[in-house]
Amino acid sequence: MAAKYPDLGSAAGKAKQARQTYEFIKPAAIDSGEVAHLPVIIVGGGPVGLAAAIDLAGHGIQSLILERSNTVSDGSRAICWAKRTLDICDRLGTGERMLDKGVTWDVGKVFVGADRDPVYTFDLLPDKEQKMPGFINLQQFYTEEYFVAEIEAMDRAEIRWQNEVIAIDNEPDKVTLTVKTPEGEYHVSCDYLIAADGHRSPSRALLGLGFEGRIFEDNFLIADVRMKADFPAERRFWFDPPFNPGQTSLMHKQPDDVWRLDFQLGWDIDRTEAMQPENVDKKVRAFIGPDVEFDYEWVSIYTFSCLKMKNFVHNRVIFAGDAAHLVSPFGARGANGGLQDADNLAWKIAYVLQGLAPPELLNTYDDERICAANENILNSSRSTDFMTPKTKVSRFFRDACLELSRELPFARALVNSGRLSVPCVLDQSPLNTSDTDDFSPKQRPGAACMDAPVQLDGKDSWLLEQLGWTFKGLYFAAEDEDFRGAEALAQGSLPVEVIVVRTRGSAGLVDQQGLVAKHYDARPGTFYLIRPDQHVAGRWRQFDAQQVQQALRKATAQA
Amino acid sequence: MTVHSDNLQTDLRINSPDDFYQELIELHAGLSDDESQKLNARLILILANHIGDITVLRQAFQYARPRDAGSHTAFTNQ
Ligand SMILES: Cc1cc2nc3c(=O)[nH]c(=O)nc-3n(C[C@H](O)[C@H](O)[C@H](O)COP(=O)(O)OP(=O)(O)OC[C@H]3O[C@@H](n4cnc5c(N)ncnc54)[C@H](O)[C@@H]3O)c2cc1C
Repeated sequence: MAAKYPDLGSAAGKAKQARQTYEFIKPAAIDSGEVAHLPVIIVGGGPVGLAAAIDLAGHGIQSLILERSNTVSDGSRAICWAKRTLDICDRLGTGERMLDKGVTWDVGKVFVGADRDPVYTFDLLPDKEQKMPGFINLQQFYTEEYFVAEIEAMDRAEIRWQNEVIAIDNEPDKVTLTVKTPEGEYHVSCDYLIAADGHRSPSRALLGLGFEGRIFEDNFLIADVRMKADFPAERRFWFDPPFNPGQTSLMHKQPDDVWRLDFQLGWDIDRTEAMQPENVDKKVRAFIGPDVEFDYEWVSIYTFSCLKMKNFVHNRVIFAGDAAHLVSPFGARGANGGLQDADNLAWKIAYVLQGLAPPELLNTYDDERICAANENILNSSRSTDFMTPKTKVSRFFRDACLELSRELPFARALVNSGRLSVPCVLDQSPLNTSDTDDFSPKQRPGAACMDAPVQLDGKDSWLLEQLGWTFKGLYFAAEDEDFRGAEALAQGSLPVEVIVVRTRGSAGLVDQQGLVAKHYDARPGTFYLIRPDQHVAGRWRQFDAQQVQQALRKATAQA
Repeated sequence: MTVHSDNLQTDLRINSPDDFYQELIELHAGLSDDESQKLNARLILILANHIGDITVLRQAFQYARPRDAGSHTAFTNQ
């Protein structure tokens, strides 16, 4: 197996058994010299590149993934997948598999010192009436394997393993790549290139683009261990626990009886020494107690940084995921943020390639996702600064928060062990049509749609299963109202499918529990225009086809 | 004078300023420099929460920072 990031850690115990590897198939172009042209090529088959390919295929766009290695993620990487990610994956077809295999959790607890009671508890899914939970834990390779399985069953997407992009020619009318394989090199070109080749992005280097931000002076030992233990599934985080004095630690359950243990180590340490098996053993034993039998999956030492490109769109090359922005893992905003990039980008590329929107639509990926990346970096930096105070005075304040949190409720809110990934509300987006009517802010233009239980033709279903892929309208009808507005939106190059939400009945979409109306602050007559990525584009108290058409033009960068 | 609640109050509001000052200093009696710093940190957090209003707190930040120290970069500006 060709390890993806061999310097990041060491496989131990069972992890030495490689994940599934995928076969290299010699591309015909190596011998023929033919330069094939595709609508989209994706560099990098990590979670972001894989999701983008599935999304594009769903929109009818052919794409090709070029992946340097021959396997999915190795090492200790993402485990926490947020609700928005699960909603996206559900649209892409892997959400239920992830949910079945994953460990569901909504609650996080923060402990200080030896206290058995948490100082702070948070619930990431206050509203339980949704298809997907607040979070699941699932090893990153499973998420990727499920994506790969989808792609292998598709005609419109292909992955070429052990195909490494070594040169990129970003021309005005196309992008031409040089690809290196074990059996020679070849060229291939595309209309758009999605660079999803990870935090060390060779694409970035090939285009001579920068990656700027902060590196945090701290080391974290991450041990994924296999053990039979009945610790709770919730995210448990410690400041200054007896088993790792003066530092932080985390314990979190994964499927297959694997647990993530995380130990902050500090900056001035001998990394090689810290990685010695007997030293790792000591730490793990102190954490889980002397009696539990365990085996290592993977052990690594990480340092973390928050880095970002200035722009993600560079003519025909568009950066996504870790290649575009990197965060520290506290908050689980890396892959979760990256999948929202794919969700945002796929429909825009598809609409542009299909002539449904002008190329300017792609610039709004920059607007929207840079904003989101800033939010993720801000949150992640704040958490990391809280855990690793940079100055003496910041340590005093941090410790003061922890001390006060035992007694005073307000201080608990200041304790920052990671603010977990929630979707960014795209408030400043040029695609939004601002509210002119009075609404509660929750589902404002730019917000990702919240789920709710509904009935569809008498069967239990979920609102989000009805949304996405194309522009959709949600019309909240009065009892027995015969809504006729849909026809006006069914024509033109961008037809909008209107879903009529009724409060009762056995046909169509029925909001029996009234939760859709509640979350969306809807009354009879309310209309929502919803984007292909399940974000609100505009909303009105009364349906007016012309206003909706105007908003539709705005949401596709035509106005 | 009209007092706006979103403005930092800079006129005297403490009834017996000398008592207050003496008690503040005495609060630190017998503490090491580090312990005093920690006390101050706790006190600032408690008082800041009592004030609550971030605009008022920001005005206080401005007054508290030495004039010649240059402006600080706040995360809020990012
Ligand atoms: C310890 C740790 C814990 C984490 N925990 C979480 C978490 O709980 N939740 C979360 O959301 N995120 C988490 N993350 C972050 C998450 O792992 C990343 O954000 C995610 O992997 C990014 O996906 P990506 O597809 O952008 O890049 P990657 O996963 O890095 O994939 C990039 C791919 O590009 C390929 N590639 C590189 N160069 C080339 C080339 N020239 N040609 C072809 N292919 C190439 C690589 O082989 C790789 O497969 C964690 C990260 C770490 C390190």
